[in-house]
Amino acid sequence: MNEQVIKMLWKGIGDTLYMTLGSVLLGYVVGLPLGILLCVTGKKGLKPNAAVYHILDFICNIIRSVPFLILLILLIPFTRWVVGQSYGSTATIVPLVICAAPYIARVVESSLNEVDAGVIEAAKAMGANNIQIITKVLLVEAKTSLMTGFTITTGLLLGYSAMSGTVGGGGLGDIAVRYGYYRWQTDIMLVTVLLLIIIFQIIQNVGTKVSAHFDHRKR
Amino acid sequence: MSLIEIKNLTKQFDLDGTTVTALNNVSLHIEKGDIFGIIGMSGAGKSTLVRSINFLERPSEGSVRIDGVDLAELSEKELRQKRSGIGMIFQNFNLLEQKNVLDNICFPLEITGVKKKEAKVRAQELLKLVKLQEKEKAYPSQLSGGQKQRVAIARALATNPQILLCDEATSALDPQTTASILALLREINEELGITIVIITHSMAVVTEVCKRVAIIDGGRLVEEGPVREIFENPKSDAAKELISGKEIRYTPTENLNTGRRIRIVFLENSAYEPVIANVILKFAVPVNILRADTRNVSGKALGEMILGLPEGEELQNDIIEYLKETGLAVSEVNENE
Repeated sequence: MNEQVIKMLWKGIGDTLYMTLGSVLLGYVVGLPLGILLCVTGKKGLKPNAAVYHILDFICNIIRSVPFLILLILLIPFTRWVVGQSYGSTATIVPLVICAAPYIARVVESSLNEVDAGVIEAAKAMGANNIQIITKVLLVEAKTSLMTGFTITTGLLLGYSAMSGTVGGGGLGDIAVRYGYYRWQTDIMLVTVLLLIIIFQIIQNVGTKVSAHFDHRKR
Repeated sequence: MSLIEIKNLTKQFDLDGTTVTALNNVSLHIEKGDIFGIIGMSGAGKSTLVRSINFLERPSEGSVRIDGVDLAELSEKELRQKRSGIGMIFQNFNLLEQKNVLDNICFPLEITGVKKKEAKVRAQELLKLVKLQEKEKAYPSQLSGGQKQRVAIARALATNPQILLCDEATSALDPQTTASILALLREINEELGITIVIITHSMAVVTEVCKRVAIIDGGRLVEEGPVREIFENPKSDAAKELISGKEIRYTPTENLNTGRRIRIVFLENSAYEPVIANVILKFAVPVNILRADTRNVSGKALGEMILGLPEGEELQNDIIEYLKETGLAVSEVNENE
């Protein structure tokens, strides 16, 4: 492998991390409040509201039922409007965020729903208001589960960012498609796959370690 | 004016279209400085009743007044303030698992906006009170059940409440730990003057620590009064069942069934007399002792016996009359309850 290829792979790694982490973070900016809202307005939530819950629930399900590749293509006009172009790694972040947000909302909702109802009742009995219960009880007690959800979401988006390579999204997936598939350079494809596996392992292991470190429930 | 006044309280739930009445027209007064027991079998509505005192459950009808203030008239914000003046502990402790002991105790103070530093000082004082100073940095998962409940008590006292509600607080604990938690509650009542309301299904808890007791059965208040009075002379079926019902079933009644059984409670002065021997001598008939026990009732040792009386209604009535004359509390034990 010559220097040029190695340089290209390095850039691919950089682009992949940029897309993955960028979309995870932006995804949480949208998905976390959405997940909290789903939990709070749910049937057994702090402030049940069937109308709000069902609307959010419906939107989340619609977006999650569209396959990512189709979403990527459907969103091209929107992406162009937001970023100014529809290819490259920055442009890919747009569909990734839209795909990730409802997924994140669901993951957050289920994490928060797991918080012991007794602890919430205790906080209410102490005179806590709903905002305090969300920020000081729900998010704190669910933090391990939220971190696990974060790790899983990051791994998922790593895979999706590679998929976006098929439409010129940049990153390792893009390299694998262009060189490995169109130019029959199997060795480059194998290397990109190997790199993706390594990145995935790092994300998963770090995520598991960090959430275990902050878990005080079992020691 | 009583500290807690519950008036004509009714609570109905809608369960899959059918209305379930959890509480039915309950009226109750709890005085300042009391240790008040609310006892009933599971499903009797006692948990709903205690949750009405801090309005975690809003009553369908009737009112709850704390210190003369009708809770229904308060705004959400005023109600939350009121709640921070009412501590509560639970069967499952309900501690924040991801916070250490000190932060758990600081939590209610944090909610009311007390500065972190002041909260810490207060939390350390309370840890001393519940005798857990050395566990300050421990997490709930590292504590035993009794220790967890001590932390929960410290947490409930952090805001200097005038009332402490205990919802089956000792039901998940073994008898020795239960005794130590009850002793702590009594200490809190005596030293800090906090009014304590104890919800339980165990008569032993009530006799051990409570001054007054209310018996709830099927959502209704069936009996209320000083613990000792009710222990000596239970009137309602529910009270009789709670005091001695279960134990009686343990005795093989087929062989011992003499038709009529009575329960006698020895008061202080009569405990020195050989009462049963006197009955046998006086009436020249055998009397079966089906069960005998001594119990601590509000700090006094009371003897309790279940007797099987010999045949003959007139004779039975004479014996009962005689026992009453000697100063014993006598009550009938119902057949096959």
